[in-house]
Amino acid sequence: MPVKTPIYLDNNATTPVDRRVLEDMLPYLTEHFGNAASRNHSFGWKAEEAVAIARDQVAALIGAEGKDIVWTSGATESDNLAIKGVAEMYAEKGDHIITCTTEHKAVIDTCKYLETQGRKVTWLDPDKYGRISPSQVEAAITERTILITIMTANNEIGTIHPIAEIGRVAKSRGVIFHTDATQAAGKIPIDVQEMGVDLLSFSGHKIYGPKGVGALYVRRRGPRVRLACQMHGGGHERSMRSGTLNVPGIVGFGAAAELCRLEMAEESKRLTGLRDRLQREIERRLEHTSLNGHPTERLPNTLNMSFAYVEGEALMMKMRDIAVSSGSACTSASLEPSFVLRAIGVRDVLAHSSIRFSLGRFTTADEIDYAAEQVARAVSELRELSPLYEMEQEGIELGKTASQDGAGAAISLTVVNDDNDAPCCGPGCCGKPLETETSRNESG
Amino acid sequence: MPYSDKVIDHFTNPRNVGSMDKNSSRVGTGIVGAPECGDVLKLQIEVDDDGTIVDAKFKTFGCGSAIAASSLATEWLQGRNVEQAAELKNTAIARELSLPPVKIHCSVLAEDAVKAAIADWKQKNDHE
Repeated sequence: MPVKTPIYLDNNATTPVDRRVLEDMLPYLTEHFGNAASRNHSFGWKAEEAVAIARDQVAALIGAEGKDIVWTSGATESDNLAIKGVAEMYAEKGDHIITCTTEHKAVIDTCKYLETQGRKVTWLDPDKYGRISPSQVEAAITERTILITIMTANNEIGTIHPIAEIGRVAKSRGVIFHTDATQAAGKIPIDVQEMGVDLLSFSGHKIYGPKGVGALYVRRRGPRVRLACQMHGGGHERSMRSGTLNVPGIVGFGAAAELCRLEMAEESKRLTGLRDRLQREIERRLEHTSLNGHPTERLPNTLNMSFAYVEGEALMMKMRDIAVSSGSACTSASLEPSFVLRAIGVRDVLAHSSIRFSLGRFTTADEIDYAAEQVARAVSELRELSPLYEMEQEGIELGKTASQDGAGAAISLTVVNDDNDAPCCGPGCCGKPLETETSRNESG
Repeated sequence: MPYSDKVIDHFTNPRNVGSMDKNSSRVGTGIVGAPECGDVLKLQIEVDDDGTIVDAKFKTFGCGSAIAASSLATEWLQGRNVEQAAELKNTAIARELSLPPVKIHCSVLAEDAVKAAIADWKQKNDHE
């Protein structure tokens, strides 16, 4: 069956709104437009009733109660509220936060901001699969620790952290535990009670709901977690987040959460099957590929692979009817290759060669087969163009120095960039003036 | 990122892809860039006895703009005198391909590769 292009395999970036979700939302844009905070007329009651239902639906996805949910504009805001809110509220108790280097920028930059405000942050390094161990967390806890924030699953590589175990550590040491579950919610089972999570961020648009709506789970007992509000105003959301509620968005988030909860068991199996099929079909056609992330403890929809000797942005350009993401520097604003891949020890050259495929509810087997073919074709074509692949084929080892012994030759490359106005490849890469030089050490 | 039509054209139909015999005295080879930075350009020229570039080939590991810049450079080199070729400026490549600021380094690398190839040829042929 011919597939309709372009094919969307970037569901970790965002997802389309499910039609069933949209249906539920529509009346709340027109007919039931009331302000959920209007306590004295039916327009307000109708809106408030819808918000209450959505609260329960969203809470049910993570094993919580409706009352535990604070609505926000998205997971970035939830992360900000959780981390800054705890830092401020518990400032007298301590000033130390534990997190890890592969968190989403919403957590990393919030923690960095707090560092500028005098807080101390411990940045844990994950293992080669991207996992933080409970013992690492435990070892980092001090008397001044007020918050542990470790994401449930990573957005780039899909690796799932041992959240329940970290939760136990946090509980035993009396430290508040926040997890950014933006990528995990709706894809894998989450239970804040079983996992010992005190604060949990997630959002609507990653789970086939609308953009612009998110939630923060805030534990109410055992312990009761308090937060200093970051958005002052009318005292909405237990005074933790003021602002008129985005009722249609909230209704959509609720409906989306409900669908995910009901369909998760089956959908997760289907996605795992398709994801592994994509990897298998690519590996069947191509050599020199590698998987980034954990082989098994990984989101069912996420596949991050490196294709040696080709650059990620060029690869994406070559397969223009497939929408994916890359860890290549060329695709980032900072001109740095993915910090997540770097943190798990993927060499920069392979980070530049990485592609993230993230499957979704509407991904079909035909699309996967088509994508695998396109990837193989694009990689093969670009390898024909690649001097690195040519060297590999000729048995030339590419190294930083020319002094290599043994068979084959070593080629040393140094880059020239004498035009100071033009960036070479950004900070931390070739910041120094370089020289063009090709030295060969040929030994047969 | 939107690409200019010329970048897409050179990327989709790259000119003069290939390799020449790097040991030939008629061939100059320039390899610039670094794999860790995501760009490696290999550019080769074949020069006749009159100092005219009779052929140019490239292979590039890099983004679409790097590939397009290399392809364009090899096209420009064909038939030019080595001395003229040495005057090729990255700005001309950047202008021709309408490269955005963030991609200017691709044109710098192309210029560097051309210069490196000429230097290699000169060295082989005892030119100063």
